[in-house]
Amino acid sequence: MTTASGATVPGSVIELSGIDRDFQLGEQVVHALAGVDLRIASGEYVSVMGPSGSGKSTLLNVVALMDRPSRGRYVLRDTDVTALDDDELARARREHIGFVFQSFHLVARMTAFQNVELPLTLAGIAPAERRARVTRALEELGIADRARHRPDQLSGGQRQRVAIARAGIMRPEILLADEPTGNLDSASGAQVIDIMERLNREQGVTLIVVTHDAAVGERARRRIRMHDGRIVADISS
Amino acid sequence: MTWRDTLALAMQSLGAHLLRTALILLAMSIGVIAVVLLTTLGETGRRYITDEFQSLGTNLLIMLPGRNETTGGAPPMLGATPRDLTLGDMLALERSPYLDKVTPVLVGGAPVSTSDGLERETTILGTTAAMQRVRNLTLAQGTFLPVLDPYRAAPVAVIGETIRAELFPRRGAVGEWLQVGDRRFRILGVLADEGVSVGVNFNDVVLVPVASAQQLFNREGLFRVMAEMPAAVDPQRAIADARRIIMLRHEGEDDVTLITQDSLVSTFDRILGAVTYGIAGIGAISLLVAGILIMNVMLVSVAQRTAEVGLLKALGGSAGIIRRLFLTEALLLSGLGAALGLAIGVLLAMTLGYLWPRVPFTMPAWALVAAPTVALVTGLLFGVMPARRAARLDPVVALAKR
Repeated sequence: MTTASGATVPGSVIELSGIDRDFQLGEQVVHALAGVDLRIASGEYVSVMGPSGSGKSTLLNVVALMDRPSRGRYVLRDTDVTALDDDELARARREHIGFVFQSFHLVARMTAFQNVELPLTLAGIAPAERRARVTRALEELGIADRARHRPDQLSGGQRQRVAIARAGIMRPEILLADEPTGNLDSASGAQVIDIMERLNREQGVTLIVVTHDAAVGERARRRIRMHDGRIVADISS
Repeated sequence: MTWRDTLALAMQSLGAHLLRTALILLAMSIGVIAVVLLTTLGETGRRYITDEFQSLGTNLLIMLPGRNETTGGAPPMLGATPRDLTLGDMLALERSPYLDKVTPVLVGGAPVSTSDGLERETTILGTTAAMQRVRNLTLAQGTFLPVLDPYRAAPVAVIGETIRAELFPRRGAVGEWLQVGDRRFRILGVLADEGVSVGVNFNDVVLVPVASAQQLFNREGLFRVMAEMPAAVDPQRAIADARRIIMLRHEGEDDVTLITQDSLVSTFDRILGAVTYGIAGIGAISLLVAGILIMNVMLVSVAQRTAEVGLLKALGGSAGIIRRLFLTEALLLSGLGAALGLAIGVLLAMTLGYLWPRVPFTMPAWALVAAPTVALVTGLLFGVMPARRAARLDPVVALAKR
């Protein structure tokens, strides 16, 4: 693989300034994010921790372009994404962002291979290239022998590895993970974290992990702590 | 996303719910089958009846004694009994430049028998040689009635196929004597099997010269006068001229009814055409029901696959891609259902044709195009709403749903 050149290039890949995200809950307005400023450089490894309802998942969704902030500016790689329309957002998501979910979100009727292939299919990439890339990705994550299996025939750890393969198949610069180990036993969880860290280390992917698990959070070089929609601590080691 | 991949994904998701897919296909195909079969039956009925009238010969003008039209004027002072149509009237009509091949018809029933002692009751038609041309009659054996002075009661006859089979089962009929009532006729010819044609079954008649029939039944007045209008003649001109001739001969009294075969055919054609469209409409309702079923299923499908839609969006699927995906599913359902229904419908119509070879079963081409088109359009129309609903889903909310 390539060297970790991405990590050495200065400049931020993600730049949030004054981000608010309000939700209407009945009569009440909940401020899930309140004035968040955050710059993340290319190739960083960041963990986001905090109690339930602190806004860490909302932050991740905003960074992932799945949720639009109510106020504020978000610049992703020199592009102000708050100005993009839905189709442009979908395109930006496809090209820049990989997402790993707590509950894997694999399509039950598709094989592991087809699940990993899905982003390539959505992007309209030719079948021959899709086959080559998916096969390589499954090999790298040690699940090539499971390619023809459907999710219900896989263990939790295998499922999350399929999900990581899918998140990385478009070679995004940013890999986001929302409680990736939340549904796994500690051994599988450690493996999954190890795989993601390898992507960060060897391919220079910017990695952001939201977690409850302090042991997982402590592994990141930069640790952000959230409370009531605000960043209360941002420690780099 | 390429259309090939869209199609593959849509097929895969239909394949994942085989029972549901099969039931929808069934509903859609029943709708198409209904349209195909109903229009086939309607069209066949229309064809059958217009063919029957067409076999009367084209440009036929039929004159019958008496007026069957309410004029609304004062009732006639004298008895309203119409004058008879006579051979003289017929001969006068023959001189009209607008009429060709005028022939009289005088009808009666009489017992016919042979020298073998075989006997039966049948219809006797008194007419002239022109009848052969007017009704397009063909002969199986012998010759038709000769061209004669219509006032001459020649003792000759032409018999239908049924009469021949029953009275001369084992020997030739041509040249034999046939006893009709109290007279004897020499058989000149046998008509070819004509089948039943509207009005008269020519298989079961004995044709004799009109004067012979007048003597047999002791009757002057004709039952009908039939005439052929030359193709170049405007039917209205011919009718007016025939009416003028009769009025001159009937002391200015317009006391005949004139019917053109064209007007009969076109009337039946119109009525039965409307009936066909009507039943096609009824069939189309079942297509509509199938369309609503598709919408129902697609809505359920969107609800069940909310998380999947959210995932597709999170993976970079635009609203357009999601919309196309669900629309493709709806179109696949309606398209496959229509194809299935078309195949089964055509097969059933062909089976009907095989079971009843004498009925001219015809599938109207417009129905074969319209039924699947309507099926596809309903599929598309009713697929739009669920597809739009799916495309509008918010990825975060959709993914949170399990």
